[in-house]
Amino acid sequence: MPFIPHTGPEVRDMLAAIGVPEIESLFDEIPRELRIEGISGMPAGLPEMTIARLMTERAEADGRYLNFIGAGAYEHHIPAAVWQLATRGEFYSAYTPYQAEASQGTLQALYEFQTMMASLTGLDVSNASLYDGASALAEAVLMAVRSHGKSRRVLMPRTVHPLYRKVVRTITRNQRVEIVELDYSRESGATSVESAAARSGDFAALVIPQPNFFGVLEDADALTDWAHSRGALGIGVVNPLSLALLKPPGEWGAEHAEGADIAVGDGQPFGAPLSGGGPYFGFMCAKQALVRQMPGRIVGRTVDSQGRPGFCLTLQPREQHIRRAKATSNICTNQSLMAIAATIHLALLGPRGLARTAAQCHANTVALRNRLVAIPGVAPVFSGALFHEVALRLPAPVAPVLARLRGERILGGFDLASDYPELADALLVCATETKTGEDIERYARALERTLEKTAPC
Amino acid sequence: MLIFEQSRPGRTNSSQAPAQPADTSDIPQQFLRLAPPLLPEVSELDAVRHYTRLAQQTYSIDTHFYPLGSCTMKYNPRACNAAAMLPQFLARHPLAHPQTGQGFLACLYELQEILKAVTGMAAVSLAPMAGAQGEFAGIAMIRAWHASRGDAQRTEVIVPDAAHGTNPATATMCGCTLREVRTDHDGRINLRALRAAVGPRTAALMLTNPSTLGVFDTEIIEIARIVHDAGGLMYYDGANINAILGRVRPIDMGFDCVHLNLHKTFATPHGGGGPGAGPVGAAPLLAPFLPVPMLALENGVYRWLDERDCPHSIGHLSAFGGNMGVLLRAYVYARLVGREGMRRIADHATLNSNYLEARLTRAGFETAYPKRRASHEFIVTLKRVKEETGVTAWDVAKRLLDKGFHAPTMYFPLLVPECLLIEPTETESKDTLDAFVAAMTEILAEAHAHPELVKSAPHTTPVRRLDEVRAAREPDLVWRGADPGRGRDTLE
Repeated sequence: MPFIPHTGPEVRDMLAAIGVPEIESLFDEIPRELRIEGISGMPAGLPEMTIARLMTERAEADGRYLNFIGAGAYEHHIPAAVWQLATRGEFYSAYTPYQAEASQGTLQALYEFQTMMASLTGLDVSNASLYDGASALAEAVLMAVRSHGKSRRVLMPRTVHPLYRKVVRTITRNQRVEIVELDYSRESGATSVESAAARSGDFAALVIPQPNFFGVLEDADALTDWAHSRGALGIGVVNPLSLALLKPPGEWGAEHAEGADIAVGDGQPFGAPLSGGGPYFGFMCAKQALVRQMPGRIVGRTVDSQGRPGFCLTLQPREQHIRRAKATSNICTNQSLMAIAATIHLALLGPRGLARTAAQCHANTVALRNRLVAIPGVAPVFSGALFHEVALRLPAPVAPVLARLRGERILGGFDLASDYPELADALLVCATETKTGEDIERYARALERTLEKTAPC
Repeated sequence: MLIFEQSRPGRTNSSQAPAQPADTSDIPQQFLRLAPPLLPEVSELDAVRHYTRLAQQTYSIDTHFYPLGSCTMKYNPRACNAAAMLPQFLARHPLAHPQTGQGFLACLYELQEILKAVTGMAAVSLAPMAGAQGEFAGIAMIRAWHASRGDAQRTEVIVPDAAHGTNPATATMCGCTLREVRTDHDGRINLRALRAAVGPRTAALMLTNPSTLGVFDTEIIEIARIVHDAGGLMYYDGANINAILGRVRPIDMGFDCVHLNLHKTFATPHGGGGPGAGPVGAAPLLAPFLPVPMLALENGVYRWLDERDCPHSIGHLSAFGGNMGVLLRAYVYARLVGREGMRRIADHATLNSNYLEARLTRAGFETAYPKRRASHEFIVTLKRVKEETGVTAWDVAKRLLDKGFHAPTMYFPLLVPECLLIEPTETESKDTLDAFVAAMTEILAEAHAHPELVKSAPHTTPVRRLDEVRAAREPDLVWRGADPGRGRDTLE
């Protein structure tokens, strides 16, 4: 029996110890009319060899593509040590470290994770992970509304990832949070303070994406100052890799550099394979004053009965298992293993490796842009400064172009038209540090061939 | 020692990053960071040794019996991990066209179908990333259903007092108010209290069955009738479905909506706290409200359905559709075990639980519901031991760590004093269970003979009992440097 160790004699001994004649008797309290004879509509079990072959065949049939899509999930080199360590049974098969003395490894790794994330974002505290970047933003919105106390309105630029905005709507809708969208400059691709200032009334928070969904750098300093001048919190949504080079949210603000109050994002660039969409992890950092409003688990350093340093889960009265209906969130299981993998990833790269990786992603994207705009009819959509991702206008509808590129086993980018109707024929592309000059040239040649075959629009 | 304390300026792993710094001079100065982040500068060997050492300080299923009640800590088969980490699957971008990942999507689609078969539900969405998000989806769907019928005042969620903390927290997340109903002395929900609680504001009852008390609520059909007659719907918290796989389906018990914890029932790893996956299933009336994306098979081609295909959907729960790698692991597990294996899981999980309960009872322990049949888990109450010796459930749990066992869940459910919730799962052998009984028996003797030994446990772990009060009063959540004076944050 797969994964059941019992021998026949053992089962007989165990039944005798219980005092029942057969396993069936153990279910005798269940009303007869509820019992089924078994599950129909499910295949019979197969040996590991057969399943392994099936999975390998399916994986090979899918194959691999040369990928230039970013749009919130990025292909990066992951050092081999990251997942060899993260899939060690002790990390992989443990549960939440409620028994601190037996879980020091998980706890210390998460404390190191919190330290790294707080330092990257320039904020005081970090939790030990949330589900993903989008749900972390939703939690940040709820946290801002709770701590503001007066307003349930939150300003949300349209330059925030469209899927993040959808998730925020799903998660905050039932708590009567009003999301007010802010438009962006068609010229620069950035959100202007003027568009925010045109909105009257109180707001609990302003969301500030950096870089924004188009790869354009927002004037985060001015936006943060404006939010604070209106009594609203600033919530930064950041690509954590960018923080190796870009000003951390905790230092945003031109006048007093008060900083964003909360920073969230998706940790996927730190060691999480693309894996079709997950598992990744959400992170959340905040100013000290907000720590008791934070959702999710937090690890603290303390001492044991002998005075030695040790780690345990702390500030648990924020959480569902203690506070129940009054908890800051219903989150229980988070994405710990991904956070541990990220910690190992960051330890292996170090400050210099991380900065070089970020710089290479940016330089490769700039090189890609420069090569593609040399193709007649291809042009940047926006004039604003960019980081690591760029929107390009094509001289033809995007969907058929992408389909042709797929035929050459190239994923040519993300079609912006469905989320931004005003950006028909616009394509979002990114070349991470994994792309070489030859890769960029291969893409450019394929795009040239494709555009020659496609009638101009 | 922290990884930061091993850091030496200038030490790098040059093979893990681009050899030369690339040109970023086009980024205007105003956007740039001035000081580098605090990340360690260590060699690859330093890092490998450090995290290997941390791993060795952690109890896990792979190293220890882990009878953590309500968490279903069963063995996580390695084949599942190997399949989910095939390079083509890992390289798949979430926004890549479905045409480029038909093999990947086939696995997920078949998992949807398997979960429909297991629960009896009409449709399943794999979107929720953990059990609590599955609960959120379910209650949001129920609210949307009531609203669609012009019945929007139904915002009250009923839960038993023994419910998981996520149930009441979910009600709040969904903008609902909470009503608790009490549990009878035999572990069943009190029907009189339930009848008094339901009414024109009832949105749903959230229930786990077998309950968090480790017993099957035999009056479930009547419970469902009471809730439905009042106009409410039935939500099944699938945390405990390991106990009844292949024997009872949530749909037949009268539930309209269910979530499953794949990191419990379908053997995907808990990863030190996650990631999990909490797919949600719906009866026909709730199916249009399921979260997106969902997978469809049309003319032999798999594709994702989004809100354009499902206009009544509550929407997206994550940017990229869910914890796909976890879903792949669950799929492989389901295919390895198969339909006949599903029922064997419930059989042997229940056998192990009842055996352990019988043996511990004989060893002098008191259980919370001795007259009831245990499901996949059961509760030991140490109320009498505490009265006689001063030794608490907390102490016994810590002493178990010394004996080479992870502790059971402590002090949950809240209504049983000094309780340990013990769930052995089907993957443990009789030998392991016998060794656990021997350890518990020794601890009981120690509690009477040397109570201080138990009260000061653990003695053999990497650290002794931790000062949790200090951790909460003077939170040190982030390392601030070698100067210990700067390591402590002060709260407002």
